[in-house]
Amino acid sequence: MEDVLVIFAHPAFHRSRTNRALVAAARATEGVAVHDLYETYPDFLVDVRAEQRLLEQYRTVVLQHPFFWYSSPALLKEWLDLVLQFNWAYGPDGRALRGKVLAQAITAGGPEDAYRREGTNHFSVRELLSPFEQTARLCGMAYAEAFTVHAANHITEETRDEAARDYSRWLTSLRAGSVSLWLPGPE
Amino acid sequence: MAFESVFLQAFIYLAAALVAVVAGKRLGLGAVLGYLIIGAAIGPWGLGWIGGESEQVTHFAEFGVVVMLFLVGLEMRPTELWRMRRQIFGLGGMQVVLCALGLAGAAVAFGCHWKPALAMGMILAMSSTAIVLQSLAEKNLLRTEAGQNSFAVLLFQDLAVIPIIALLPLLATGAAHGTAGHASHDWMEGWPAWGRGLVTVGAVVLVVVIARLATRPLFRAIAKTRQREAFTAAALMLIIGIALLMTKVGLSAALGTFVAGVVLANSEYRHELESDLEPFKGLLLGLFFLGVGVGIDFGHIGRFPGTVLGLAAGLIVVKAVMMYALARLHRSPREPSFVFAAALAGGGEFAFVLIGLALGSGVFDESQGKTLTAGVAISMAATPLLILASHRLTARSMKKPVVERESDVQDEGAPVIICGFGRFGHIIGRLLRTQGIHSTVLDNDPDQVDTLRAIGMPVFFGDAGRPDMLLTAGAARAKILVIALKDVATTLNIVETARKHFPHLKIFLRAHSRAEAYELLDAGEERIYRDTLDTSLTLATDVLRELGTPAYTAYRVAKLYRRRDEIFLRKMAKHRHKDDDAFISAAREVQRTLDQVMREEPGHDFGDEGWVPPGADPNAKPSPKPESL
Repeated sequence: MEDVLVIFAHPAFHRSRTNRALVAAARATEGVAVHDLYETYPDFLVDVRAEQRLLEQYRTVVLQHPFFWYSSPALLKEWLDLVLQFNWAYGPDGRALRGKVLAQAITAGGPEDAYRREGTNHFSVRELLSPFEQTARLCGMAYAEAFTVHAANHITEETRDEAARDYSRWLTSLRAGSVSLWLPGPE
Repeated sequence: MAFESVFLQAFIYLAAALVAVVAGKRLGLGAVLGYLIIGAAIGPWGLGWIGGESEQVTHFAEFGVVVMLFLVGLEMRPTELWRMRRQIFGLGGMQVVLCALGLAGAAVAFGCHWKPALAMGMILAMSSTAIVLQSLAEKNLLRTEAGQNSFAVLLFQDLAVIPIIALLPLLATGAAHGTAGHASHDWMEGWPAWGRGLVTVGAVVLVVVIARLATRPLFRAIAKTRQREAFTAAALMLIIGIALLMTKVGLSAALGTFVAGVVLANSEYRHELESDLEPFKGLLLGLFFLGVGVGIDFGHIGRFPGTVLGLAAGLIVVKAVMMYALARLHRSPREPSFVFAAALAGGGEFAFVLIGLALGSGVFDESQGKTLTAGVAISMAATPLLILASHRLTARSMKKPVVERESDVQDEGAPVIICGFGRFGHIIGRLLRTQGIHSTVLDNDPDQVDTLRAIGMPVFFGDAGRPDMLLTAGAARAKILVIALKDVATTLNIVETARKHFPHLKIFLRAHSRAEAYELLDAGEERIYRDTLDTSLTLATDVLRELGTPAYTAYRVAKLYRRRDEIFLRKMAKHRHKDDDAFISAAREVQRTLDQVMREEPGHDFGDEGWVPPGADPNAKPSPKPESL
């Protein structure tokens, strides 16, 4: 059984070379499965039960997406809104995701130094991802340090290839449980 | 010569009917009163254009009453009738008994012998079904409490005629003048009472059985021929057949057809029957009212003005007072009771039949008979006026229907009418139904109708291409009209009718092709749905996916194409009427723009520029395509 599930969301996949490289790397990594949301639900009609059954099979869930407006593309938000149901993901009987690890792999337009107090984006990546971190907390999940590719639409071919290799390594250590956590799981 | 005279008669009657309707409506008196007045004007005592044959005409025109009761029956479901049982038997029964006794008492007080007085009472207790129902319908009062009460009483009167016919000969004082022309059920003479009863009950059962079992396969077979006149013929045949049967066993023909109508009220052919018979009803009733007007014997009135007018006035006053008291006793509020009393105060067409019968049995002498006939005719002529006056007086409180019947009119009350329930329309109806929205469906494919009814869809057989069907399907109250027919000519015909008569309806149209869409746009319609557009786009989307386009991209491309194409379609519709070259060059231009847009050429307003961040400005990048994150 595979250990890492990559939930991938990009509405214009054909125009994102970086994400294409990352997805290819993920698919090639042992123990990693990729689930493409825009490919599965072009009409946004998310099959909630099927998604939940899928999530139940994995220990680690990675949300891979472009960092649109400091957040995820619409369909991933739709997916979160629908799939993480009360009493399934959270609430008194919501234990389906408890003890699992949530992680994010994002491609951001700005360079690394843009994500700090003095930078153009004013906040750090972790700060901007806090809604996701809190989502993990509410579902009783650990939240791993995010994998970020900065200036994703400006990088050179070599940098992109390197990012893809890094991504594969990152996924492997996630699988092994050796990735540093921003938020430890519940006791 | 004979032909010519028949045509002349027909011409005079039809012309009179036209004048009556137009003048009656213009003057606000209603069509019924118009008919009566014009009838009197062209009759032997007026202009003298129409003479002695008026009695035959009236007899023929009585068929109008029969058709009307059939249609009333069609509107009435058995459950509704059952709910009215207290009104029919309570109010109706009391009305007949009390009015008969009251009027008889008045006659005795004027020095009449008790036997003819009682006969008179019973005869005058009847009111005119035709005049009252038609006048109430004209004033939109049928669904009000006054209307419902009037209807219940009239229905009971129709039932009461049978025992009255049996009783009349027992009240004879003078010598019998031989059998009256009306009794065509003498073949049962000499039969024991139980035998007659059995035959009578058997006839009613037969009517119910015929209406229940035989009509559906019959109508279905006829509907399949798609000959409209065949359907009309079958409907008339059914009614005439029942009328004959009822007359044969001595029952009221109107009552028999009413029963048949009630039995057919739930049938899918209801709307079709209604709209087929409606014009006949109107014409025949018009003839009937004309006949009553013609038949008013002004000569006799002239000779005994005091007696005749006194009789008519006394009849109206006595009956009105008793009716009002009865209605109030039935806890009906003041205003509806007032209208109810005014509606039923006059005499009725049954009186003519009964007077003839009474004359034949020797209950009345010739002069008494004439006086009664004239008095009844005048009181009948006064009925529409009385209704008009009472309605005006109580207009404020009568504006809203007092009795708002619950959900017994589901199909008429439906907010959506769907014309055509084939492969296109049925999806619409089904989806709406899942959302609890009822639609009245019209379809002219009998097999389709049967299948759908079998699975519980409320579908009615009817050629939706006919304007009158729209009315019977409840277009006046519906909000939306969906036309999902195959034929664009029929569609346009319905559109025209709907816009003319029901401008409030929002029309949703199915178009087969681009060419049809142009036609519908020319007709000024906006909500046009091209039959196969979405299907072709879905197919194209799947082809794109099969060729490697990402699913969401393919989906989005199709959606964008659709949105643009709707705009271009409207542009092209305008160019269509210019010369061919202009059209072709406009079409080329449109195609070029569409290609451009869909290929996301930079600088165009309509491209798919989604998810491209500022850093990936397509103009600034060497990349041939805009880049996302």
